[in-house]
Amino acid sequence: MNYETTIGLEVHVQLATRSKAFCGCANNFGAAPNAQTCPVCLGLPGSLPVLNQAAFELAVRTALALNCQITDRIQFDRKHYFYPDLPKAFQISQYDQPLSHDGHLDIPVQEQTKRVRIHRAHLEEDAGKLLHEAGDGASLVDFNRAGVPLLEIVSEPDLASPDEAFTYLTRLKLILQYLEVSSCDMEKGTLRCDANLSVRRQGEAALGSKVEIKNLNSFRHVRAALRYEQERQVAALQSGQRIAQETRLWDAALERTRPMRSKEEASDYRYFREPDLVPFSVSPETIGRVREGLPELPESRKARLMRDDRLSSYDADLVTSSRRLADLYEATVALHRQPKAVANYLISELLAYAHVRSLEIEAVAVEPAHLAQLLQLIEAGAISRPVAKNVFVEMIESRVPPGEIVTRKGLGQISDGAALEGIIAQVIAANAQTVADVRAGKASAFQFLIGQCMKATQGKANPQRVAEQLRQSLSQQTGGS
Amino acid sequence: MSRPLWALTAHELADALRQGQVRPREAVEAVLERWQSTNTLLHAYLGVNAEAVRARAERLASQAPQGKLFGVPVAIKDNICVRAEETTCASRILRGFRPPYHATVVERLEAEGAIILGRLNMDEFAFGSSTESSAHGVTRNPWDATRIPGGSSGGSAAAVAADSAFAALGSDTGGSIRQPAAMCGVVGLKPTYGRVSRYGLIAFASSLDQIGPLAKDVTDAALLLEVIAGYDPRDSTSAEVPVPPYRERLTQGLQGLRIGIPRECFVDGLDPEVRRAVEEAIKVLRQLGAACEPTSLPHAEYAVATYYILATAEASSNLARFDGVQYGWRNAAPRGSLLEMYQRTRAEGFGAEAKRRIMLGTYVLSHGYYDAYYARALKVRTLIKQDFDRAFERFDCLVTPTAPTPAFRFGEKLEDPLSMYLSDIYTISVNLAGIPGISVPCGFSKTGLPIGLQVLAAPFQEERLLRAAYAYEQATAWHTRQPEVAETTPSR
Repeated sequence: MNYETTIGLEVHVQLATRSKAFCGCANNFGAAPNAQTCPVCLGLPGSLPVLNQAAFELAVRTALALNCQITDRIQFDRKHYFYPDLPKAFQISQYDQPLSHDGHLDIPVQEQTKRVRIHRAHLEEDAGKLLHEAGDGASLVDFNRAGVPLLEIVSEPDLASPDEAFTYLTRLKLILQYLEVSSCDMEKGTLRCDANLSVRRQGEAALGSKVEIKNLNSFRHVRAALRYEQERQVAALQSGQRIAQETRLWDAALERTRPMRSKEEASDYRYFREPDLVPFSVSPETIGRVREGLPELPESRKARLMRDDRLSSYDADLVTSSRRLADLYEATVALHRQPKAVANYLISELLAYAHVRSLEIEAVAVEPAHLAQLLQLIEAGAISRPVAKNVFVEMIESRVPPGEIVTRKGLGQISDGAALEGIIAQVIAANAQTVADVRAGKASAFQFLIGQCMKATQGKANPQRVAEQLRQSLSQQTGGS
Repeated sequence: MSRPLWALTAHELADALRQGQVRPREAVEAVLERWQSTNTLLHAYLGVNAEAVRARAERLASQAPQGKLFGVPVAIKDNICVRAEETTCASRILRGFRPPYHATVVERLEAEGAIILGRLNMDEFAFGSSTESSAHGVTRNPWDATRIPGGSSGGSAAAVAADSAFAALGSDTGGSIRQPAAMCGVVGLKPTYGRVSRYGLIAFASSLDQIGPLAKDVTDAALLLEVIAGYDPRDSTSAEVPVPPYRERLTQGLQGLRIGIPRECFVDGLDPEVRRAVEEAIKVLRQLGAACEPTSLPHAEYAVATYYILATAEASSNLARFDGVQYGWRNAAPRGSLLEMYQRTRAEGFGAEAKRRIMLGTYVLSHGYYDAYYARALKVRTLIKQDFDRAFERFDCLVTPTAPTPAFRFGEKLEDPLSMYLSDIYTISVNLAGIPGISVPCGFSKTGLPIGLQVLAAPFQEERLLRAAYAYEQATAWHTRQPEVAETTPSR
């Protein structure tokens, strides 16, 4: 019997505003506990919320990029539950009238484009954080995060596999980064995801019982948890069991999901309109203004680079896989009109640089002018590729222009015949056996000698010139004996 | 001056201070003395920080008189935040809570030179019409110490009536300024919703609450409103409507004013003495040139039921934050679970009426009941509002009794919440409609208890109702009658 999987995702994104959603406190990560609080975000008696216009506009910006409809009338609701990190014992959220609804996000699935519908995206406030590090059994509360604006993006159950869910999240994060609305850092919790999965027999009309999975701390965890949950449910159905509609927690260490204690689940949030915030209409002008401010999104940027710069689909995909990378690419190409060379260098060298150091591309500072100069130096033959690699690293870390690094360190490529001649002579003298092997027709031995020459010049020798001159020297010596 | 200093109205005192006839320290000492001699009996005040009050008076004395309330002591209901002063809403659950900030109204009073005098008793979280639900004990009516002062701003009304405050701030969610004002024989004004910032008012029902003055006469009410009204960016519900100079506009008279008398207010349950007093008052208004005609508010009968759904729903939400985590009362029994901490804290911290309202409100917002109660009540609220809209197309003001009876005895309605709730029958619809209302003294019962006349106007037409109330006040002498408060020497 075959089974179909249905997945929907709820993503919470912290919006990167300067201040919190309903007060003037700073919204940033890493301050001392409770340093960024005021009577409003502490929910002190008598305090009142006032909507941060910037948070609202970032939410609209995101909703528009996700092709959502913006609702006519913006209003907020209170969602009630008791927990020490929720200072008012209700969260300001949006219930029956979300800020936006009925959008979509296209994702690549097996060479095709799949349209995933967005059910709704709404604005709400984050809660504080409990700290259990006191050691005496007491818990402490840090309210720095309380009141930080969150956008909750809820997909329709349009995803058919854990891999599709992973792709959806990757694309969504990419768009959010292009929009510059969030740092999208799951480790810091600026992006969070809950997943809903159900399984049914192929061809069945009704969806299976929905299981919600929480505590997913990375996209890979989302995929692993969904895979686990899919298998668990299929196995249960195969053995004739029923799937309970429940919330389960992902245990990353044990790589399995387990039921959340029923107590952890609040059943009735007693939503009602937040009377402290006055409903308002969004003017078409505001929507128009926000729409005009939308950046080019990855999909269309990729298409443009393929068309205008003749990049391959593969290269264009990689170059646009981060807004930062794509911006760097375009700024460099503007200075050095060799798109393919720029793309190659970014893909091979910059991605490798970041990967080796486990850095996000966003964390690597590269000046377009420096990169353009480096590529010009390579193309002019002024430095060798191996030297260029080192100059690239130094240029990133010191922010010194590559030309200056090359001059100061004397890294210019040695193409001068006279200079190379002495080095080649030394190498031939020191490697008599290898020279003999070359003469016996062993090609790898010739490469070894080139390598020795490069080593002797710390990579500065022009490899092509070395090869030519070495071949000459060897034939001269043969001829001469 | 023949009268003792504490007997002056706020505007008389303000004039004397401005002209240098009285020094701030003298005003403060006079009212502190009056507070000390009356509070043992009346218990209008929960606390007076005499040291801070004197220090503020000294600071002001070193300045040139500046501001509309320069040197005038004003007392504050215990649900309005005063920085660093314990503010408890007369509830055990807020014991020890000292707000780190001033309510906007307190800032505005101080900016006009007022001296914040002390915190006034009230029904716990403003839940009540008698000030009997205070966790700190009852306040007594200065006109008859065996009777309630009304509520929930009973401390504010009693203090002003007994001259232990020159003026006071209260809050009004369903009549909590106007009803005690009527029962204590003072003036009480509930402004239009959005006229006065609620920032720093500990919320009971956010869509109904307004802060307003309780005062010795209409001029004082106008003066205080001028000071506290106006847009506040910290309160999204406050309105960007200019504040007129209310005091200057008091004397325009009643000639040509159209006054509507809602029939629904003169039905069963209205005390005959109150009815007679209000009818007499209407005659006076006519004599002053107003055109008084009957009108109708057809949905008025649903106001109390609607109110107790909406107000308790909001209250259950607003009071959810009192959970023992950050401030106030906490039962920290060892080895209890978090849930037990919440349960014990709230069981011990809230009084009976607060619990009743939290339960009612929780119920009407619960899944499966929301549509039948809360959503329906919202619709009725709209109908009630439309009643008033229609009435104000024809009339400048409406006039009704403020409360159906004069002050009742302690305990009389405590065990019968429904009859207590009916005490606000004439005031509640005003909050539901968001319009302004004022109560002015309009007579006394045979037993010497004050009776109040309520005047209503369209949103942001406080000027109109103050003008009507002022003309009435000038034509009558009710406001000049003073209660004989038995003075006692405080125990310490």
